[in-house]
Amino acid sequence: MGGGLYSTERKGFDKTLDLTRIKPYGDTMNDGKVQISFTLPIEDNEKAIVAARELTMKMGLDDPSVVFHTALDKGFTFFVVYGSVVHTIDFTTIHVDAVDVEIMSKEEINNYIKQNIKRKIIVLGASTGSDAHTVGIDAIMNMKGFAGHYGLEGYEMIETYNLGSQVTNEEFIKEAIELKADVLLISQTVTQKNIHVKNLTNLVELLEAEGIREKIILICGGARISNELAKELGYDAGFGPGTYAEIVATYFIKEIQIRRELNKM
Amino acid sequence: MMKMEEKAQKSKLNLDFSIVAKARKTAKNIANETQKFIDQHTSTTIERTVCRLFGIDGVDEFEVPLPNLIVDNIKKGKGLGKGAAIYIGNAILQTNLSPQEIAERVANEKLDLLKLPLEDISEIKAVVNVVAQETLAKISQNKKKRDELIQKYGDREGPLIYVIVATGNIYEDIIQAQAAARQGADVIAVIRSTVQSLLDYVPYGATTEGFGGTYATQENFRIMRKALDEVGEELGRYIRLTNYCSGLCMPEIAAMGAFERLDMMLNDALYGILFRDINMKRTIIDQYFSRMINAYAGVIINTGEDNYLTTADAFESAHTVLASQFINEQFALLAGLKEEQMGLGHAFEMNPDLTNGFLYELAQAQMTREIFPKAPLKYMPPTKFMTGNIFKGHIQDALFNIITLMTNQRIHLLGMLTEAIHTPYMSDRALSIENARYIFNNMDAISEEIEFKRGGIMEKRTNQIINEGYNLLKEIEKEGLFKTIEKGIFANIKRSINAGKGLDGVVKQEKNYYNPFMEFMINELKKGGN
Repeated sequence: MGGGLYSTERKGFDKTLDLTRIKPYGDTMNDGKVQISFTLPIEDNEKAIVAARELTMKMGLDDPSVVFHTALDKGFTFFVVYGSVVHTIDFTTIHVDAVDVEIMSKEEINNYIKQNIKRKIIVLGASTGSDAHTVGIDAIMNMKGFAGHYGLEGYEMIETYNLGSQVTNEEFIKEAIELKADVLLISQTVTQKNIHVKNLTNLVELLEAEGIREKIILICGGARISNELAKELGYDAGFGPGTYAEIVATYFIKEIQIRRELNKM
Repeated sequence: MMKMEEKAQKSKLNLDFSIVAKARKTAKNIANETQKFIDQHTSTTIERTVCRLFGIDGVDEFEVPLPNLIVDNIKKGKGLGKGAAIYIGNAILQTNLSPQEIAERVANEKLDLLKLPLEDISEIKAVVNVVAQETLAKISQNKKKRDELIQKYGDREGPLIYVIVATGNIYEDIIQAQAAARQGADVIAVIRSTVQSLLDYVPYGATTEGFGGTYATQENFRIMRKALDEVGEELGRYIRLTNYCSGLCMPEIAAMGAFERLDMMLNDALYGILFRDINMKRTIIDQYFSRMINAYAGVIINTGEDNYLTTADAFESAHTVLASQFINEQFALLAGLKEEQMGLGHAFEMNPDLTNGFLYELAQAQMTREIFPKAPLKYMPPTKFMTGNIFKGHIQDALFNIITLMTNQRIHLLGMLTEAIHTPYMSDRALSIENARYIFNNMDAISEEIEFKRGGIMEKRTNQIINEGYNLLKEIEKEGLFKTIEKGIFANIKRSINAGKGLDGVVKQEKNYYNPFMEFMINELKKGGN
């Protein structure tokens, strides 16, 4: 076999899995293989290929191979690069603060509320700020839900108000106070230049200014939201893609119950 | 386009056209009934449009557009029921100033239009009619220019590749748009900044900051039009420009588009009602005048039925899309639009896990093609079931591209593999255009070669949708359009008739209401002119 992609030469690395030194996997343990695609604002020529190679080497790719390049326009070139990452990660030291609850079913949730909280939970949701997408909030709140998981609207012990998209933080808080909401759900689907972070932070500040931050359970969700980010921004919890209504509901009913018990003490 | 029509003559789905005819008739009744309400009203944005058509432009020191100042002045004096044209015409007679000079004086509070004694109404009309004819001649000139350019380069046969740019900065948009045109795009839509549809005024000047899109301003229209004409000349193709009439300023944006030779406009009141919570009375009135301007300017409208399927289920709610298309068609006809200007919307939004989902999508697209044979249908890509899995997303987009070609859709909004992640990068657009061009070339003649099985899944499915659609239209006819929307039939969203944004801008016309543009345009359009 020759060189390039099909090279069988560089096999001199340790092929045993070591969780303190993990690397991407292509077809052999620890081969470090990744694919990267990007555009550079330069003409498509030999020099451009070298530039792409050097850039990916700076990213930590060993022996990168520019497998495809094409001009997108005058002065813009697109590249697809494969290579082996030199870096490793110590997986054993990673701590993730994911929302960790055993997910209940819709029925279990309704029963739990009836038995413990003994009144309907009021949930107010919106896609706030400039975000025009309601896909996320609709998937959690609307009757229909998503992928066969019914939304909160379909839960008899949960009263829902979905304000839709482009709701200002001020408007959202006004509604929250009027409705005496227990839980606030904020969705951020597609945002530019990290504007979602600013918007989410601004909401927390406004809630604190109104003196109601402690009285409600504040949850955000969206394509680029993690529980870690949410907590960093001052939220009680955050949910990423692939979250269904029952996951969110399980979290907030348990949290409400914990707070109720704390208040009794 | 003729080719498309001929192809649709013979039904591949064995559609029951007697039901189609009944559905169309019912939709006509629904539109006519609603039109009675429309004809008795005007709105703040319609009157601001009249100001703009008189040539009034610019903003005051607080960035308030002069058309807003004029209309506020007339509204405060309770004169809006007569129409802004009467007061502007009167001021022309009394002061001998141009409409723009009059507007500037109103802005400086040197002039109050309501305080001038009203001249004889026929004299006022004579004055405004002259100005109106001049404006309409300008718009006709733009239409002629478009026709000439398309004639010169020849038009693209088959689907038009439609892509969006959305950087927020009009100058960055130009770089993206010109690159897309060179890659093969035929239509560039500049997505608006996300809050714009809810602004009750149109921002002014070139803009470089917007969220999720770029503000629609007349200057931005002009700058982008020029850039597309330039790249079009380089490529020997006419590159069409699209923007958005929907929102609280439908007719104003239509007028700006007519001045700057835009080629397509999103124009759908129902979309504003359902998805932007705009008051239904307000926007249905606005829609009429905005569509009339689009019609006169030779603009193709794009309706928003595709959006219903982002909230309702695409399989279960297919008939609501069809019913809405029928209604939109009738409203468009009333406003003077030709069928060739009706980019009726639909979408490829079924759950990819659905067994035979492709067949159902194919059936619906073919059905829509056959029911609206002359309309340049606007077919929208998958969005709802796009995940961060760009590799699968690219295949979903490929299936969508195949259906467009198999069913001769005209306006093909390209799906992006990074849908649901970010607004498109230059490379996303290039990959998507490459995907479409590959399929369009590789499967070029497929629609002529292929027939569907008699009594098969597709035939049964489409005849079911037609029946359900017709039944829904009968229900709407009984209740009236407004009541139906209140009940949440479309997109599972309920809106109440006396709620929503912009209600305070609805004004009842007085007996002597006058809008010269509306009069001239509709008369000419009804004669089949322009």
